[in-house]
Amino acid sequence: MANNPFPLSREDLLKAYRTMRTIREFEERLHVDFAKGDIPGFVHLYAGEEASATGIMMHLKDNDRIASTHRGHGHGIAKGVDVRAMMAEIYGKTTGACRGKGGSMHIADLSKGMMGANGILGAGAPLACGAGLAAKFRGDGGVGISFVGDGASNQGMFLESLNLAAVWNLPVIFVVENNGYAESTSVEWAVACDSYVDRASGFGLPGVTVDGTDFFAVYEAAGEIIRRAREGGGPALLECEMVRFFGHFEGDAQTYRAKGEVEELRANRDCIKSFAERVIGAGVVKAEEFAAIDREVLDLIEDAVRSAKAAPLPTAQDLLTDVYVAY
Amino acid sequence: MARKISMKDAINEAIDLEMRRDPTVILMGEDVVGGTGSPGEADAWGGVLGVTKGLYAKHGKRLMDTPLSESAYVGAAIGAAACGMRPIAELMFIDFMGVCFDEIFNQAAKFKYMFGGKAQTPVVIRTMVGAGFRAAAQHSQMLTPIFTHIPGLKVVCPSNAYDAKGLLIQSIRDNDPVIFCEHKNLYAHESDVPAEAYTIPFGEANVVREGKDATIVAYGLMVHKALEAAEALAKEKVAVDVIDLRTLSPIDWDTVIESVENTGRLVVVDEAHPRCSIATDVAAYVGQNAFGALRAGAQMVTAPHTPVPFSPALEDLYIPSSGAIVAAVRRTLASGEGAGGHRKAS
Repeated sequence: MANNPFPLSREDLLKAYRTMRTIREFEERLHVDFAKGDIPGFVHLYAGEEASATGIMMHLKDNDRIASTHRGHGHGIAKGVDVRAMMAEIYGKTTGACRGKGGSMHIADLSKGMMGANGILGAGAPLACGAGLAAKFRGDGGVGISFVGDGASNQGMFLESLNLAAVWNLPVIFVVENNGYAESTSVEWAVACDSYVDRASGFGLPGVTVDGTDFFAVYEAAGEIIRRAREGGGPALLECEMVRFFGHFEGDAQTYRAKGEVEELRANRDCIKSFAERVIGAGVVKAEEFAAIDREVLDLIEDAVRSAKAAPLPTAQDLLTDVYVAY
Repeated sequence: MARKISMKDAINEAIDLEMRRDPTVILMGEDVVGGTGSPGEADAWGGVLGVTKGLYAKHGKRLMDTPLSESAYVGAAIGAAACGMRPIAELMFIDFMGVCFDEIFNQAAKFKYMFGGKAQTPVVIRTMVGAGFRAAAQHSQMLTPIFTHIPGLKVVCPSNAYDAKGLLIQSIRDNDPVIFCEHKNLYAHESDVPAEAYTIPFGEANVVREGKDATIVAYGLMVHKALEAAEALAKEKVAVDVIDLRTLSPIDWDTVIESVENTGRLVVVDEAHPRCSIATDVAAYVGQNAFGALRAGAQMVTAPHTPVPFSPALEDLYIPSSGAIVAAVRRTLASGEGAGGHRKAS
């Protein structure tokens, strides 16, 4: 085996690949099953963006908390939420991560530090500040990570949080996953400043922009700012420039995108493909090893779908539990 | 040992005692310390009306001034609560809720249910409510009904110092998000308050005066208006039950129904606007569940359906008065079954 030129051990490279592949197959399968009518409600897929969630989450432990977005499946998987429980949740079953009461947009597992996907864009940023504040009071070195897309980066809640985190010197990282589109609206039009680094700077935070399809670029930048936050150095902003393989939500005809845009992105900016090529090319992992992971992941997803479909639906008595009911 | 102290001091004492007892209790808000980063005193204000004055000296960095960013810090309090803390976020005036409402009704209120019972959010949002301060339309509202409408929130509105202390301690120890409404015109009101910590359970109304001719249901400042009305009515030999709801979510229906079953007549007093209010809620509930006990239609005494006016001449007309309550009691006594023939107090 060749010398490992990467900043991760061989085991961690395999783990990162497995995480990214799991996210990809999870989303590709949902795309197919949604079209068949198997999935209720709204589903927003993370395919194409795997390097961001994985490159960041490889640095985190269970006591580090993340506040995710409506496009949260990738964050949940990378943070260690059980894939079967996630799939069952999306199917609205009692075996789901939220017992069928949350759905795709609200998958959470506090025990894994996943504070929830969030249907309200930008609302997670204050929550991540709270996670950072709690970690600061506990003195456990934990961090809070807020994910927003380029769209939610224009929300007041997000902008207020940048300032609050700086004023309170919180161990919080604000990740802007810039996939170029707020639903259908271009980031070029909707974000007035030229650079998220400038926007961070305006709030007194260091900022860095990386190619979000380059796992290693994300991993190294995230590692640096997370280490700094753990050591009391305060918040930072990380912009990951990335690509969205599917529409805003499933069923989106994507007529706002250029002809051939998605095909070009899949061919030339696939973060998993480039990761595998580099790692195999360096001789650290063999192609067969990744192929074996691919098979295991497909089996896992198949099993997750099968068990989700077989699981019981919630019943009338579940309607009134888990909430304070006055009447 | 009980001493006579103000509601303001009772609230301060409740926070102090809970911060001593539980290291996860923290307090944040605009000017709750008052003076952070400024050249004068470090804790110059202790809240805009001085409610938290002195707590910084006792608890230091567990009290945090915030930027004027209600979404960010109320959301941070909620996030910290989901991560094991028991934060108290002070939102200076309930009127400011509009700028941070998402964090309250879409986040805090929903976590437990939306996450399948696997999350709890023990946050208290303390906020000033009510008119009478000449503070005009955006600093004087009684927005309690907006919060009682939201599943997952508990809503508290004490009428006196004793209740404020016991209910606030209960709020801090409660595992659900609590909107704790402090009527700014009651801060100076004094009552006997034990020095030690105690709790008042949610959903237990207080019958503050007993009488058999009619039931007056109220909360917050309106309890005092109702008591004034009861005093005036007593001179006419009309005796009324006055029920202080104390908590609006949960609400103590049993005490209300039991009283109406005794008196047969209901007057609900609410400083909120007339539509979709605590008044309509109580009237509807009693109408649905104790119709047979009612001898006349329920009467509601509320603020008018207008913003709170500034001019003292108008604001005094806006706030429900004891006279209006007396008139409502007379109306119910004069209508329906046995009109005018109510049992006289002996």
